[in-house]
Amino acid sequence: MSLIELIEGPLWTFSATLFVIFVFWRLISILDLRRRGASPKPQGSRLAGALRALLVRFVPRPPFTRSGRVWFTTVAGYAFHLGLFVLLLAAVPHVEFIERRIAALPWEPISRTGFVIAAEISFLGLIMLYTRRFVDPLVRRINRPDDHVASLLTFIVMLTGCMALGRQSAFLRGLHMGFVELWLIYFPFSSLMHTFTWPISRLVTGWEAGRRAVRW
Amino acid sequence: MSEQGAPTSTVSNVADLPEEVRLARAIDGFVAEFGPKTTAWLDSCIRCGLCAEACHFHKVDPDPKYVPINKIVPFEKAWKRHVGPVGLVRRMLGLAPRVTFEELREWEELIYDSCTMCGRCTLVCPMGIDIAELVHEARHGLFEAGLVPSRLKELDEKAHRLGSPFGTAEEMRAQVERVVREYGIDIPLDRDRADVLVTVTPTELEEKHEVLAAMARIFNHLGWDWTLRSDAFEAHNFGYLSGDMETQGKLTTRLIDTAREIGAKMLVIPECGHAWQAARWETWRWYDEPLDLEIRHVVEVLGMAVEEGRLRFEPLGKSATFHDPCQQIRRGGLDRWPRVIMEALGLEVREMTPSHETAYCCGGGGGVVAILRARELRDKVFEMKAAQFEETGADLFLTSCDTCQLTFRRGAADTGWDRQVDTLLQIMARQLVSDQPPLERQAAG
Repeated sequence: MSLIELIEGPLWTFSATLFVIFVFWRLISILDLRRRGASPKPQGSRLAGALRALLVRFVPRPPFTRSGRVWFTTVAGYAFHLGLFVLLLAAVPHVEFIERRIAALPWEPISRTGFVIAAEISFLGLIMLYTRRFVDPLVRRINRPDDHVASLLTFIVMLTGCMALGRQSAFLRGLHMGFVELWLIYFPFSSLMHTFTWPISRLVTGWEAGRRAVRW
Repeated sequence: MSEQGAPTSTVSNVADLPEEVRLARAIDGFVAEFGPKTTAWLDSCIRCGLCAEACHFHKVDPDPKYVPINKIVPFEKAWKRHVGPVGLVRRMLGLAPRVTFEELREWEELIYDSCTMCGRCTLVCPMGIDIAELVHEARHGLFEAGLVPSRLKELDEKAHRLGSPFGTAEEMRAQVERVVREYGIDIPLDRDRADVLVTVTPTELEEKHEVLAAMARIFNHLGWDWTLRSDAFEAHNFGYLSGDMETQGKLTTRLIDTAREIGAKMLVIPECGHAWQAARWETWRWYDEPLDLEIRHVVEVLGMAVEEGRLRFEPLGKSATFHDPCQQIRRGGLDRWPRVIMEALGLEVREMTPSHETAYCCGGGGGVVAILRARELRDKVFEMKAAQFEETGADLFLTSCDTCQLTFRRGAADTGWDRQVDTLLQIMARQLVSDQPPLERQAAG
């Protein structure tokens, strides 16, 4: 078995399996809804509070809209994530890969121009966010090693993905796949888990806010 | 409550234990708080640092150590190491370093002195992480390690021993009798049966006698079947503030159980923020079944009485601004009642910017007002609040929290600010239209 066959075969299965098992494990531990003691009598609608928290936090709220930091992070965050989702779910090689290995997708892949635009937007967002980790003394102070590893791994996965786009080189494709596998293995143990936990976090907080009839 | 004590202290007996034992106690305290909510929040933090934009301490001192999420770093590290099988894998991969005792010692200042658990950071977090709740949970671990500011610990120990930092049941009875003599007002004390159990703050017993008399006058005017109990009068919960869960539970269950014993339908919490938080929103920790008891804040019940037309006041004809106590408004759900009362008092309300649920904290909540070494930082917050008040041009500066009022009074004394801060009850008592005799301090008092 060649290295590329190993990466595209058993290593892919291994990393994807590990990813699925541990992500599920983490989510199940969070979604453990067994009751613990009594709850305070609600003063408002918990469901409405949860839905409110889930939705309103997509945009900054007053009076924090006057903060440059808030807008910088929001705009860069959206640029990075939206660009990344387009690349992940609509780039030609990804669509082919998903349809070959997992399931058919109901949408067409994007054109090469679309890919380039999405990649530029996503890279710009990621670089803005990552640069801030070094430039802003406030963020520098709170950074964990994990934040750097997660950002760098994601950057490398994106970069190698762009390099492998032409599919002229098995080595570049293997390199990209190898980093994706590393990323998948690292994912459940890192801050990358926020991909799945952010809505839960918002819902949990909003549920409590709803109980108290306050707007968090 | 007075400020005293050394800059740093430790819990008396725990402080004598070896550091590794204290560290282990801290980790146990942290682990006891871990649950699905903690995991959802900590797993979602991406260190964007936007919580700093909301924190009053960071606003007045931009030192990055005051970024709210930074205040729970040891708690988060313990969570990464000790949360289930994932913690085991993290340990094996070297992704979860140990918490050290030195770290805990360093973080004592950040967890106690520079966080009032006001929850403003919760509003700005794009992930919805409730950092205030995480700080509350983290305090449990630090308490177990004996790393609690001295004055806070002193008050907590006294509350644990006597049931109140104020003193014993006998001292409480003597003080209430004194208020009865001073104001010539009827205060039902230690009744075996009553519909309403009313609680008070230590400051009301020590010095704010006019508030205690005011409450009595208003409750009597409303025709309530109420009582104060010398075995369950303390609303302040220093267990909640210090992270001493045992004392928090003891103080909470004392109030709830006494209310049930006397057949009360309602427990009334006085003008205090964290007392409301501990009684209304934290009681569930100690009970398995929902309580057959209404827990109400005094501002809430009086606001309702105003709306029902059962309370009327001589209009003041002045302007006023209201400082929103965080634990009552942002985290307590009592937003509308202070304004209802102010309107009934004939006050022109001039809101501070920001106000309501986004208002800045007074800087002294969460026990910070009792910490001597936090004074400089607290006073900077006070100056910010004083400036916000001045901008409104209002005649009166009002609030509905004992701790906020105390913080403002201390800030005013420290900075030479010559304005007075009153609570709603103080104003209500003076303006109440009633067939009850008006409040007048007797010469013999």
